[in-house]
Amino acid sequence: MILPVVLAAVYSFFNWNGLGPLERFIGFDNYARALTDPLFLKSIGNNFTIVGLSLLIQGPLAIIVALLLNRRMRGRTIIRAAIFVPYVLAEVIAGLSWKLLLSPRGGVNAFLESIGLGDLAQPWLAQPDTALWVMFGILTWKYLGFAILLMLAGLQGVPEELSEAAAIDGASWWKIQWHITIPLLGPTIRIWAFLSIIGSIQLFDMVWVTTKGGPVGATSTMATYMIQYGQGNPGYGSAVAVILFLISLVIAVLYQRHAMRRDLGTSDARGDD
Amino acid sequence: MTTASVPAAQAGTHFNWRQPVIYVVALTAILISIIPVLYIWISGFRTSADLNASPGGWPNPWFLGNYANVLSSPRFWGSVFSSSLVAVGTTAGVVVLGLCAAYVIARYKFRGRQWLYTFFSAGLMFPLTVAALPLSILLRDIGLHGTFLGLIIPQVAFALPVTIIILVPFLRAIPLEIEEAASIDGASRIGFFWRIVLPLSLPGLITVGVLAFLGSWNGYLLPLLVMAAGGMPQELWTLPLGVQQFSTQYSQDTGAVLAYTSLSMVPALVFFLAAERRIVGGLTGAVKG
Repeated sequence: MILPVVLAAVYSFFNWNGLGPLERFIGFDNYARALTDPLFLKSIGNNFTIVGLSLLIQGPLAIIVALLLNRRMRGRTIIRAAIFVPYVLAEVIAGLSWKLLLSPRGGVNAFLESIGLGDLAQPWLAQPDTALWVMFGILTWKYLGFAILLMLAGLQGVPEELSEAAAIDGASWWKIQWHITIPLLGPTIRIWAFLSIIGSIQLFDMVWVTTKGGPVGATSTMATYMIQYGQGNPGYGSAVAVILFLISLVIAVLYQRHAMRRDLGTSDARGDD
Repeated sequence: MTTASVPAAQAGTHFNWRQPVIYVVALTAILISIIPVLYIWISGFRTSADLNASPGGWPNPWFLGNYANVLSSPRFWGSVFSSSLVAVGTTAGVVVLGLCAAYVIARYKFRGRQWLYTFFSAGLMFPLTVAALPLSILLRDIGLHGTFLGLIIPQVAFALPVTIIILVPFLRAIPLEIEEAASIDGASRIGFFWRIVLPLSLPGLITVGVLAFLGSWNGYLLPLLVMAAGGMPQELWTLPLGVQQFSTQYSQDTGAVLAYTSLSMVPALVFFLAAERRIVGGLTGAVKG
């Protein structure tokens, strides 16, 4: 498991087509080429846009929906199963479904026309200005259910006595959620954010089957770039992989150090007994 | 406890209008999640000509040809077989190796035990995406490119860290007293493992098994590099790869693509409905553990 990553580091210093012996050592040239390629820089930017949008939009949305649904209600099982359906589908199959829905003559445009908003119909994934936003929309559709269920599971661990006491003291529902429930949900939120960041940094399947990173690099990510330009040139692809790895590693380490320290501290203490 | 406190929590809130709002939110969430899937399924019952004429219509009449074609194509069943084989192989490998490694880490004291655990946890930091390209070259050099084993072995390797992290706490939780009692009653270490450890850790094993199965079933990047680039015949590609290939090849025949995509969803959905509690519980357990 670690071997391939080490190999990537070795290959990345060679100009190599993957077949002959490794003999054309070129030092950091592959890295220099990647880091000066506007398309690769754009891909990194796209990854971080997705990270930012996920944290700012998916997180709060999931928390609000989970807070509202966190009660005994009719059809609770059905709701949970239904919102989890997109998560269970393979990213490829979800991606292909949306590609069909969003094609110029697909279901979404047909729906817009049928409700009289035909002017809004457009080739969603085929034009650079909308493609990345639409991609984010699809990802939200796919992963929001998971985030909601995670938050609901986290809410099970929030003791109800505190909110009851606050309610008796006259605090409003929103105040209780904001000052008591959400802070207590902190560990779950931090874990979700971590999973979301790492997933967004390594985004590949969904983009590859819907747009292959296009149009003109609008949805390109580090991983799609790696496959697109690295499959015929493993030396270069490996350099891209190493950059991707270092970015994930730095984020993971910083995040663990700063955000999840407390949570991990408690689980360590429990594990050592 | 919950039964008693829920009415109190509701009585303590003064927003009577919240109840309808919650149902609207719930209904919206359900509709948004389900409608795209339903559109794909229902549109699969329309002919391509009909779809091209009006993409948003209802099937009229309901045309079974698309589904019949997919269900009678060797290629679809080949993909189902292939996905099943790889997923079952991966799951078996993950459960067996994961249980052995986790058992040793959790219940034997030896030098470097903590180091071993850290080593496996660090494995989480090595994502498949990064390793994919060199891995496919490595597989080619050892002759596993384009084989089922070439897919199963790396998948097992990359699923092990999560598995071990989930299983170790489970195994640690089995009290030492039980082990002592079993050995007094004459059970060997192996006997203890079979008769007591296995049954007690079953929920954890099911959880990691389900996660490994779904991960393998839904995987795309590795099959792309190992099967497609490895020259495996198309009829044996796993489902995600097969669907993608089919939809590129027959992109003009929208009805066929819709039907193929719909049917590819079925196994994962059936599996999910059968194992729903495990999956949801496993995910949250994995996150909390």
